[in-house]
Formats: sequence, structure tokens, C-alpha cells
Amino acid sequence: MKIHEYQAKELFDRFEVPIPRGSVAFSVDEAVKVAESLGKFPVVIKAQIHAGGRGKGGGVKLANSIEEVKQVADEILGMTLVTHQTGPEGKVVRKILVEEGLDIDKELYLSIIPDRSTAKVVIMASEAGGMDIEEVAAKTPEKIIKVWVDPGFGIQPYHAREVAFRLNVGPELVKQFAVIIPRLYRLFFDYDCSLVEINPLIITKDKKLIALDAKINFDDNALYRHKDILEYRDLDEEDPLEVEASKYNLNYIRLDGNIGNMVNGAGLAMATMDVIKRAGGEPANFLDVGGGASAEMVENGFRIILSDEKVKAVLINIFGGILRCDVLAKGVVEANKKVEVKVPVVIRMEGTNVEEGRRILQESGLNLIVARDIKDAAEKISSIVKE
Amino acid sequence: MSIFVNKETRLLVQGITGREGQFHTRQCVAYGTNVVAGVTPGKGGQKMDDVPVFNTVKDAVRETGANCSMIFVPPAFAADAIMEAADAGVPLIVAITEGIPVLDMMKVKNFLNTTNSRLIGPNCPGIITPGECKVGIMPGPIHMPGPIGVISRSGTLTYEVVYQLTQQNIGQSTCIGIGGDPINGTNFIDCLEAFQADPQTKGIVMVGEIGGSAEEEACEYIVKNVTKPVVGFIAGLTAPPGRRMGHAGAIISGGSGTAQAKIDAMKKAGITVVEDLGNFGVICKEAFGDVI
Repeated sequence: MKIHEYQAKELFDRFEVPIPRGSVAFSVDEAVKVAESLGKFPVVIKAQIHAGGRGKGGGVKLANSIEEVKQVADEILGMTLVTHQTGPEGKVVRKILVEEGLDIDKELYLSIIPDRSTAKVVIMASEAGGMDIEEVAAKTPEKIIKVWVDPGFGIQPYHAREVAFRLNVGPELVKQFAVIIPRLYRLFFDYDCSLVEINPLIITKDKKLIALDAKINFDDNALYRHKDILEYRDLDEEDPLEVEASKYNLNYIRLDGNIGNMVNGAGLAMATMDVIKRAGGEPANFLDVGGGASAEMVENGFRIILSDEKVKAVLINIFGGILRCDVLAKGVVEANKKVEVKVPVVIRMEGTNVEEGRRILQESGLNLIVARDIKDAAEKISSIVKE
Repeated sequence: MSIFVNKETRLLVQGITGREGQFHTRQCVAYGTNVVAGVTPGKGGQKMDDVPVFNTVKDAVRETGANCSMIFVPPAFAADAIMEAADAGVPLIVAITEGIPVLDMMKVKNFLNTTNSRLIGPNCPGIITPGECKVGIMPGPIHMPGPIGVISRSGTLTYEVVYQLTQQNIGQSTCIGIGGDPINGTNFIDCLEAFQADPQTKGIVMVGEIGGSAEEEACEYIVKNVTKPVVGFIAGLTAPPGRRMGHAGAIISGGSGTAQAKIDAMKKAGITVVEDLGNFGVICKEAFGDVI
């Protein structure tokens, strides 16, 4: 799960990680009040959306007077911000963060993530802060410092000192690092984060370490033990169809293509999307109905796929194991009774109770195209695409 | 021969009295697996069908000589269950559970490094040696005994691949799902090493997906250590970056973990890469021609 910068900074503040003074605003009037309370200019106004690259997209601006605050806040609130992470359709800005401007001496990069291959937590830092860190890692990997922490043993002061000394920040700042990195680690650990990132982490002219930006992602599998974090969820930032799918525990991701698909199992779902692409179509979604899907889940999944107007055809691919083919067939038949299906539907199923499933589909009288196997399904999709 | 499980496997099921645990225990028994014990804390002394239930894994191992555990415990308690099995000295632990938090799995993985237990999974379909022993949730009848070892990160995609092999009359020595999580126990390399050493296995099928670099590392290993022919498949060519495609581990981030990079690594390692899933069985028939 992703949260906004201002929410991440609330968590930083709770863990005593220094952040700029400021507050979130939902309107121009609120922005003015925050700016007045800060008592000095310039102030920085930052669009709050769940995507990076906001500065380049025009979503981060300075204001040097109350008049300018009004003007900038009005400009950013309600704008559709397009960045390299939002996709071409962009995201509407509904809230802004208003903060004090600071005198920056140096911009650094710092993040904490789980490392898959070592099963340890890795702290990453770089002197090349403020830049696209993926580019830094690709072009100049030697500029990325990595320090691994054993999760059982936990963070020790020397981990933090190692990061600081290798960043060449000088003795006074090493002390600040030795305090702040363990606090960030505790935040990462206590809240089951999948990412804690500060880019840039700044050193001010008066030698203070401050998190100018804040990004936190959480491990979805651990949210059950962090009910307070669930309150940070912002449905405005999610695709409405994905929100709808999540109500039924369906694993659905909306994509840009024209062929809807419903599959059981994530690996087979990805492979089915690839089959669609090879057949000349573009997948309109990823949908894994899961191993133990009920007829009701299948019905809802089918309905959600069909409510995407871009969908020109649907491919259902089920390898019945725990999810039996007869259950799938019943779900599809029920969904057909409730929603008007205007596009061709290709069904391929195999595995447990496949004969019974095929019989239910046949006797339903529905206009479904039954495929023998994946190859046949791909050919059928291909001929629909060509029409 | 086979790898990791066979007729000698004495299976214990953790979470045997739950809905999933009961259902799949019965399926395993029906396949011929020797299920000797179950564990559900607080239900020691009861029976699930004919299987005695114990309160702790230690009790179950002591009383029944179980040498493999299959775990159906819900995600919040699964890390604990895996560590309990390892602490009781169970040599092979197969964790089916999906949705275990990453930090829990980190603890588990670091703990397992201090024991002699092998973990398969979590978030996996399990392992089957066709005709001998099924430890997992895969549909038994699609498998047939034979010379090909199968390793995969996913569940139903493995069934698809195995089904196509069987359709072509190509049997399997052992099929293992290593799971779709970012941190898991047994990896591709462990399985490759075991299949290379297993005389029954004449060829290997490796099914990967986007996310991480396990496939690339496996390819490097194959170049240096594997002499048996390998056929590979990677799912997720059309997956967009930054979105988790169902499996917690299936995510392209920071330009790494793409399907194309994995396919390239496989080709470079001399693996026959199947790009069209519909032709998987047919391509295997050609690629394994000499050994099957």
C-alpha cells in the first residue's frame, strides 16, 4: 500500500525524524492559513499524489508572498499532474503540502528496503540525492552505498556510522545520522514497510539533517497488524475498478488494452496476458480470481472486466485444481444473467470437473466460444482481433 | 529416483484440522502419500480421519517418525509454524500458505540457515513425485512418472506446463513449486543441483516469472554446472513496471526483474526458451528428443 508524502512525514515526526515545518491543505484558504502560521517566506507548495516525478511535472512550486501562495495553491489544486509514474492520463491533485523553504547545502539519498536475495534489510544511501536514483544506480552504481542489517540482530549504531562516513558528511553530521537511521529502521520494522525512502535527505546551511521528502510503502500482507495505517488509504488515488475488485478479494489490475481476461493463479494470469499479446491483442487487465474462487467471485470478476469500456473481447482461462470447472461455469452463467454481454467471450478450461463445466456452459444456451486448449484460445482471440 | 520426496516420505500436516488442511490431506492420502500425523495446537489426542493429531511438532515427530511437514496454517501464524517444524528437526518443510509478511519470512530464512531443514515455499503448490508421493495442492491426475524434472515459481501455470508434458507422453521425475514470494526457502539453484544429481531425471523444465533475479542467477549456475537439457518459460512479458502482479514477488522495480532480461539470460545459457505457452509440450518433445 502506498501513502502520501504528508502522511509519511506524520510517521517520520512520530519517530522523531526531522522534517520541515508545514501542514497539508485541501483548499486555497487552508494553504494560506498554513503559510501564515509558518511566519516566513519562501514556502514550498507540493502536490500530494501517489506518484514520483512531481517536481518535473509542475507539481512543486515556491511562493514568496501570501498572494503567491493563493496563486500557486489555486494552480496546483485540481490540476491533472502528469509524471513518468502516473501514465499519460495523469492524476488529479486534491491536496497540497505547504512547508517552510530551507537553505540547502547538500542533497543526499537514503532508503531502507528488504533485500530478497540475502533475506536481510538493506540501507541504501548516495551523495547523488535529489536525482532519479534508478538512473544513478544504472549509470554509476559505485555511488550507491549499501549496508545490510540482519533482521534478527537488528540495527546497531555502527551500521548508521558506516553509512554516514561513506557519505563523507563530517563528524557533526555523523552523530545526527547515528540517531536518525536507527529511528527510520524502527519505523520500517515496526510498520512492516516495503520501502522507506528520503529523496532528498538534505543537509541545511546550518548543518542540520532534514527529510525534505518522504515516501513509504507497506507490505500488503502485513496490514492486518497495522490497522492505523489502513486509515491512510486514499481511494481517490486508486482506479475505481480496482477498488471495486478489492471488495470481493479479487486481484485485479487495470491496463490499457482491449482484451479482458480472467484466470486462476497469478503466474497463469501473466502468461495468459502474454498469450493475448502474441495473438495480436493487448491485455485490458490482470485478474487472478485465486485458487479457491467461488461462483460469486467469478461472477463479480466477469462483471468488473465487462464494465471497462475498452474491452472488445474476453478470454477466460482456468486450470481447475482447487477451483473446479463446474464452479467457474456456474459463475459465468450467473454473470451472464445479470449483465448484458456485448462482446465475444472465449472460454478455455481444463482440470477438475471439466466435463461437468463444459456441460453447464453448453446447456446455458449462452453465446460462448469454447476453446480446446491455450493454442486454440489464442487463435480464437487472434481472429476476433483481426475482425 | 526423484528429488526431496518419495515412497519413504512420512508426512505430517500442520493445520490439519482446518478446512484447507483437511481437504488437501485427504487428497494427498488418496494419491498414496503416507500421512502419519497432524498438528493443531490444542487438538492433541484427536484424529482427522485415521491420522493422529498432536499439539506440537516435536510430539508428532517423536511419536510417528514424520520426516516432512506440509503447512496450511493461516499467514499470521505461518512463520511460527515453519520455525516450530525446523526446531523439531523436520528435514523437509513445505509451506503452502499464501500471504506471509516479508519481515516474518526474513526471520524464518535467517533462522533456517542455522538448522538442517529445507523449506519449499511459502505461497507454493508444493512438491510431487508422480506415482509415489504428493505433498501439496496440485491436481494429482495430470502428472505421470517419467524423466523430466519441473521447477516453477507459480501454481496453476505449473499445472498447465505439466499437463502439456503429460499430453505429449512426457513423464516427470519430480515437480516442485518454489513459490511466488520475494523471500522463499528452496530456490531454482537448489533444485537444479538436485535434478542434475538425480539419475532418473534426464531433462529439466524451469518456469519463472517477473521480479527479482533468481532466474538470472539460475542461468549462471546452469552454464557452469548443469549438463542436462533445460527448457524454460518466463511469464510476464506484458506486465507493467511498478505493479505487483498477484504474487508478492512478481514486480518489476527499478528496471530490474523484467521478463525480457530473464529470457535473454536463459537464451545466453543455452536454454530452449518457449515463447508461446500453447506450444510448450510440443517444444519439449523436440528439445528433449534424445533423452526421453
